[in-house]
Amino acid sequence: MPQSLLPLLPLVIGLPLAGVVVLVLVGGWLGGRASAWLATALVGAAFLLAAGIGREFMALEEVVAARAAAAEAAVHPAEEAASASADAPAPYDQGPRVILRLWRWMSVRLPLSALPAGTLVPVTVATGDIQPYEVITADNASVIMVDASADPAVAADLAFVWDRDALLAARLESLNAIPAGSAITSRLAPPFPAMMQAEEGAFRPVRAPSFTVDAALRLDALSLVMLLVVTGVGLLIHLYSIGYMAHDPDRRRYFAYLNLFVASMLVLVLGDNFLVLFVGWELVGACSYLLIGFWHADPANAAAGKKAFVVNRVGDLAFLVALMLIWTTYGSLAFGDVLPNAALAGGAAAVAIPALLLVGATGKSAQLPLHVWLPDAMAGPTPVSALIHAATMVTAGIYLIARVHPLFEQAPAVMAAVAIVGAATALMAALIALTQVDIKRVLAYSTISQLGYMFLAMGAGAYAAGIFHLVTHAFFKALLFLGAGSLMHAMEHGFQHAHAPAGGDAAAVPAAQDMRQMGGLLQRAPITGWTFVVGGLALAGLFPLSGFFSKDAILHHVLAKGGAFWTALFAIALFTAFLTACYAGRQLLLVLWGAPRSAGAEHAAESPAIMTVPLVLLALLAATAGLPAIAGLLDTALATVLTPHHVEGPSALLVAVIASAATLAGLGLAFAIYAAGRIDPARIAAAMPEGQRWAAAGFHVDALYGALFVRPFVRASSWLWRTADDRAIDGAVNAFGRGAVALGQASRRWQTGQVRRYALSMLVGAAAVVTILALR
Amino acid sequence: MSMPIDHVMALSAVLFIIGAAGVLLRRNTIVVLMSVELMLNAVNITLVAASRLHLTLDGQLFVFFALTVAAAEVAVGLALVVAIFHALGRSDVDDISAMHG
Repeated sequence: MPQSLLPLLPLVIGLPLAGVVVLVLVGGWLGGRASAWLATALVGAAFLLAAGIGREFMALEEVVAARAAAAEAAVHPAEEAASASADAPAPYDQGPRVILRLWRWMSVRLPLSALPAGTLVPVTVATGDIQPYEVITADNASVIMVDASADPAVAADLAFVWDRDALLAARLESLNAIPAGSAITSRLAPPFPAMMQAEEGAFRPVRAPSFTVDAALRLDALSLVMLLVVTGVGLLIHLYSIGYMAHDPDRRRYFAYLNLFVASMLVLVLGDNFLVLFVGWELVGACSYLLIGFWHADPANAAAGKKAFVVNRVGDLAFLVALMLIWTTYGSLAFGDVLPNAALAGGAAAVAIPALLLVGATGKSAQLPLHVWLPDAMAGPTPVSALIHAATMVTAGIYLIARVHPLFEQAPAVMAAVAIVGAATALMAALIALTQVDIKRVLAYSTISQLGYMFLAMGAGAYAAGIFHLVTHAFFKALLFLGAGSLMHAMEHGFQHAHAPAGGDAAAVPAAQDMRQMGGLLQRAPITGWTFVVGGLALAGLFPLSGFFSKDAILHHVLAKGGAFWTALFAIALFTAFLTACYAGRQLLLVLWGAPRSAGAEHAAESPAIMTVPLVLLALLAATAGLPAIAGLLDTALATVLTPHHVEGPSALLVAVIASAATLAGLGLAFAIYAAGRIDPARIAAAMPEGQRWAAAGFHVDALYGALFVRPFVRASSWLWRTADDRAIDGAVNAFGRGAVALGQASRRWQTGQVRRYALSMLVGAAAVVTILALR
Repeated sequence: MSMPIDHVMALSAVLFIIGAAGVLLRRNTIVVLMSVELMLNAVNITLVAASRLHLTLDGQLFVFFALTVAAAEVAVGLALVVAIFHALGRSDVDDISAMHG
């Protein structure tokens, strides 16, 4: 029994991955049900392990001390403001973290002697995260740049420590070279060998310009939060899927993909360097494609999967370019190397890198220019929508920005751009959500809108608030999606039971998903209905539920930034909150209130327990996650990674009141229209018919992309196929063939079959030979 | 004897040309075979004359071989002619053109 769970962190990724392998190899023998339960059990084990690791991590003294310091700073803001002067960016990596270096992945080294004279080499004084399985407690000192060839003292040191392996050897030899006050302690017991304690001396590790990438995992407060969200919500969704996919013959493939997704997302959030993060990034994109197009027999589903992957790819290209820029600018891809030294970047690179990362995050998190894939992604099974497009994959962009926020802080213009993208997306998506009749599409656009809120928070520098909203959104949005799936199940059951053909606009919206066919489901499916209510109200941001607290935090931070720009964004965000409450209320009332509007709704039945228990658990989380006791825990934990922001300006209470007013106004309007029947929605639609049509069509962004990119591409492809390939290339090859045939036709006239002609030929030939020989 | 060798060579050449002309110009298969024999015998004459010229027996010895081969060839050739006659009813060289391209 190991004394510590921390080194078992790779197992959190390994368990779902093992599930994939097992399901692929022996799943056919296991059968559908056993495969489903096995996959769920593995994710459950991963969650328990993650919980244990998290508990141990938070209990570490250093973490406790850092949290106390953060809480201290929160109480004495003046001190913090004085120490963090206007020029210096907030110090990063203050908190403890665990870095597990699994293996050296790539390594290209440049000998120090090959450096030309005058090359500046970054020299870090004191410790860095060098040892595997080590908890770092001392903070990194500042970075100083020295001319390697000019300073003889430094050159002498450089002579024997220049890469990480030599670093270790040097440390074992010259332990007295560690500066006083820094301590390197390893809290992990054998069999991990590097147990060292050093108390004093001066020691200078040097990083030479080499390319070294380790497959390394990092556990700190931010990745711990994401880890728990991914495994926890993932577990609940696996459980739900067992019931939802119970009658699907392709269950085994589904659960294998789901496990692969969980493993990929964990690689993304636990990565210690940009490359590991990018591997996870790409893998979740691939899993998204596989899962959206799960029922690929229908070409529309396959097309939706392809669309998701292609649009994501656009962002990934920007990410890759950013990656290359990061390497050329900072010389390393590891977070521990790049982020503390973020200020070292030059002018153009300092803006280009975060801008490109923003484009990448935009693609993955479905923000304004690259959001078109998310509504189409509803073609996949509903639990997939809950997991990937509500709780985890789309949050990867937010996580990225939070993780590399020091890079973003180097370019305030990019931060403003992030905020603008977020606010614009939030507003646009909320407007579209108001006009949708498909229950899943409303939630899809709602997700886009809420992600816009998180982007707004990131742009305003309120990283902890953004992550908080990410967590609460994961809970209530997953709840809403799973609830929608349960309601769809209920509707389908109702249609079957009533032997009624599914009427309505079956071509565009399947009847089971069409909110116009629902109604009165609260009495027929009470557990699903009430949990759906909790989710919807949390989305709207009603007081004691979690959505209120997280949205309020974001609004507060945005308003507190001050100035015309941020106040305008606050106004947009507030209006969007009103719209959010509107469409949330609309959805709740259309689906659950009143009389059933079709046979399916009338005969709907509650879903089995395996589907409703996760709903109840998620509802509990969505309701309670905002309460100060819990939220405070999150805040102070995250403060060790994300610089705590101290807001001056309007009081939190004022913002809370304004936000609640917006929420209640929205809910009230929805009630007046859909429940009390006071206002006729048709009249509102008639008042702005153009607006209604545009919003319902998603503001024609899809059509625009179709005209700008898709059709020209298809035309070019078609030209290349018909003209360049069929006519030119095939034509050339065929021409060769025809030439050979023509040559043969010409040659065959020699073969007459007459013996005398052949004899004549022989004679002539012999005479020629003799003549030639005689003339020599 | 003091017959000049040129006369013998000339005779042989003339006989050869007559034989070659017969092969190319006559249509009856048996006549073609006879012409081939004529060519072979013309060469035989050349060989004997050359042997007489160089005062060795090699030429005359080679004639033996050539005559043997000619005899075998005639046997095969006549068998072929008989087969063709059976198949076609005539022995006309121009009729055997089934291998035309």
